[in-house]
Amino acid sequence: MPIPPSTFPAPHGSACAPARLVLQGIGKVYPTVVANDDVDLSVGAGEIRAILGENGAGKSTLMKVIYGVTRPSSGRMFWEGEEVAVASPAHARKLGIGMVFQHFSLFETLTVVENVALALPGSPPLDELAQRIVEVSARYGLPVDPRRHVHALSVGERQRVEIIRCLLQNPRLLIMDEPTSVLTPQAVRKLFETLRQLSAEGCSILYISHKLDEIRELCHTATVLRAGKVSGGCIPARESAQSMARMMIGKDLPHCEHGVASAGGELRLRLAGLSHACDDPFGTDLRDIHLDVHAGEIVGIAGVSGNGQQELLRAISGEEPLAEKFPVQICGVEAGRLPAGKRRRLGLAFVPEERLGRGAVPAMSLTDNALLTAAHSQQLVGAGLLRFGRARDFARRCIDEFNVRCGGTAAAAKSLSGGNLQKFIVGREILQAPRLLVCAQPTWGVDVGAATFIRQQLIDLRNRGGAVLVISEELEELFEICDRIAVIAKGRLSPARAASETSIEDIGVWMSGLWPGAETDVPATETRHA
Amino acid sequence: MLELEARAEPSRLMAWVSPLLAVALMLLGGMVVFAALGKDPIEGFRVFFLNPVKDLYAVSELLLKAAPLMLCAIGLAIGFRANVWNIGAEGQFMLGAVAATGVALHFGNAESALALPLMIAAGALGGAAWAAIPALLRTRFNASEILVSLMLVYVAQLFVSWLVFGPWKDPDGFNFPQTRMFGEAALMPALVEGTRLHFGFMIALGALVAGHAFLARSHAGFRMRVAGEAPEAARYAGFSATRMIWVGLLLGGAAAGLAGMGEVAGPMGQLTDKVGSGYGFAAIIVAFVGRLNAFGILLASLLMALLYIGGEQAQQYLNLPNSISMVFQGMLLFFLLGADVFIDYRLRLRRRAAPGH
Repeated sequence: MPIPPSTFPAPHGSACAPARLVLQGIGKVYPTVVANDDVDLSVGAGEIRAILGENGAGKSTLMKVIYGVTRPSSGRMFWEGEEVAVASPAHARKLGIGMVFQHFSLFETLTVVENVALALPGSPPLDELAQRIVEVSARYGLPVDPRRHVHALSVGERQRVEIIRCLLQNPRLLIMDEPTSVLTPQAVRKLFETLRQLSAEGCSILYISHKLDEIRELCHTATVLRAGKVSGGCIPARESAQSMARMMIGKDLPHCEHGVASAGGELRLRLAGLSHACDDPFGTDLRDIHLDVHAGEIVGIAGVSGNGQQELLRAISGEEPLAEKFPVQICGVEAGRLPAGKRRRLGLAFVPEERLGRGAVPAMSLTDNALLTAAHSQQLVGAGLLRFGRARDFARRCIDEFNVRCGGTAAAAKSLSGGNLQKFIVGREILQAPRLLVCAQPTWGVDVGAATFIRQQLIDLRNRGGAVLVISEELEELFEICDRIAVIAKGRLSPARAASETSIEDIGVWMSGLWPGAETDVPATETRHA
Repeated sequence: MLELEARAEPSRLMAWVSPLLAVALMLLGGMVVFAALGKDPIEGFRVFFLNPVKDLYAVSELLLKAAPLMLCAIGLAIGFRANVWNIGAEGQFMLGAVAATGVALHFGNAESALALPLMIAAGALGGAAWAAIPALLRTRFNASEILVSLMLVYVAQLFVSWLVFGPWKDPDGFNFPQTRMFGEAALMPALVEGTRLHFGFMIALGALVAGHAFLARSHAGFRMRVAGEAPEAARYAGFSATRMIWVGLLLGGAAAGLAGMGEVAGPMGQLTDKVGSGYGFAAIIVAFVGRLNAFGILLASLLMALLYIGGEQAQQYLNLPNSISMVFQGMLLFFLLGADVFIDYRLRLRRRAAPGH
């Protein structure tokens, strides 16, 4: 039931008080694209407003305009009744606007507390600040050690830092761009309590997410963007996920087709007692991990970020080779000591968690990025020289077959939206017809349409006889696509269970490190998620 | 009030304008220096910047100086692209000269068509061997190649001194620290009769073309660019970091060694303890002013050669110390680094009152 956004009565604050934030006719034109077109928006005090839309619908641009990162090409913005032109994020923060970005804006070489200090005015004493971080993180269920260096944190942990950094500034409007994408169900619930508490205290929240169920649970109102324009508004509690998806993408939510897996698959990946002491003092040591992945099946590994996923992925991919050969066996070859390139030639393909800077070189073109991992398997190199024609053709195939929206093969990887870059990377890896695909966070921060598409591609690869290992923190996703699921906690891996014989609740308990037969010392929840 | 504002995207235009801006600022700064030293700035400008290109001979001297800079710089640029920081091209230059001298002295005055090709090979190998030391220490023990390659410059200098004061000293050289003059067969053929410009210049141009092709078209060059731009992506793709360190240092060393060979077999005609004349260090500036790109390096090496010769001219005609050219080199790098800020930032006029208040 669409209603004009501006008529929503704020749950707190008197009717005659001006809305906290009003946008009138905001437009933002980039040289090649109109990101926002005549957007009106009004947010009352204490209102939690969802901004819905597919990747590239203009949500992030609109938020950047509000936060002063970019300037609108047209339109007016009113803050608590007064017209403002937000000159910079610092100016926005001074007004009382805080933002948690989808792409992190943290300095990797600094500690958590130093990063937080940089966002605060003046120079607060670090010890005091660290204490405040601990307090806020405990209060809001976002545990993080203020003394750790950011580069040693997992994606999930970095996001917690971003959220805490915002909350420390007591904002009156909080913008959250996909804040829950890597939090556990428990952590999401804690965050929602926090956000509701903030809302009750009168803080307005703009909440961007693709997770429609979350929006239904949390948000008072929703504004839907499509192709840069407001295409509608609704009260999420009165809608279903399907009806909101229709508003967002203009058609029904797509579903994955499972099909039949080829039976009796050969062994493609065996982890045989993989143990690895991590060089990083803040990393997680891997302890005696056993896992088999066969042709024609998708095995999922669930777990809270920072429990050894990154270390496990590096050990499998060969980015961090092991001291011994036998613990990692790829397609029958003991590959523990092989470097990443040699493992690829055994038939391994890998989609990493970080897209920019690891899965793709930000400043290089898509053609160059196709060369990154496909040079040998697609014969894009001959006699040591690059064959640009072939590389372009292959990049073109990735773009066409995986519906990557971009400015062509010459477009720089960093010019793509997160979802489109992910489709490109997944396409590049899958089109090499790998015998074993390892995929980390396949749909993190990707909109529903693209996420379904990527999941379908993983399923199709399995149906063609590929072996797929997926590491994800989204349980729903794992249950949707996986044949078997295991859980990683504190560097240990649980036995894998058939997905049909277990439940989200069971796996949720396992994620604390408590599975049948587990060595129970300190449950992971107590240290990670108290 | 002026303030720096981060650009949304690094400016491509500014990446090219910045070196030109740096040159212009260096010229201005130079005029100020001339004036401060009590010289007529216009006269100073003429002597420093116009004398070196006033006739064919002057231009040939310019190219003669530019050739070793080009060679060293293109070799360094390949490593720099992959974040392999070889600071010791100066030492590799000297070892290249030493190795080539060894071959030349072996041949003595014998007429042999083999002499020059062997010297070229020896020069490249000598430089590469010297660069292999930091490569080995870096890949085996993770020792910083910056420090090791730099310190080896001083070792190389002492080694050259020991040779020319000791075993290789010209017995008929009145005790000067120098070797015998090379035989005809061990000297680079002249490119233009009546000038000192020699075949080494063609080698340098060839190296520029080869360097460009390596970076732009070869898979090895691609891997090095990836490693420089996004080390994590290189690791993810399985590019061996060890191999890149070796390739970066060995190519840089070989190019510097070739340049050293060109010096002893060209204008010097012998090895002396003055063989290291700073080309290896100046090439670092050339590589960066040239944006680590072959065409840029071509222009930057000509500019740097101009500064060298301008310094000599200033010494001769203006009675200024030769170190004036070091001042210009320093100013050039300084202004370049300053101008580079505007690749990522732009200046904006800030209104007095913050908007919205």
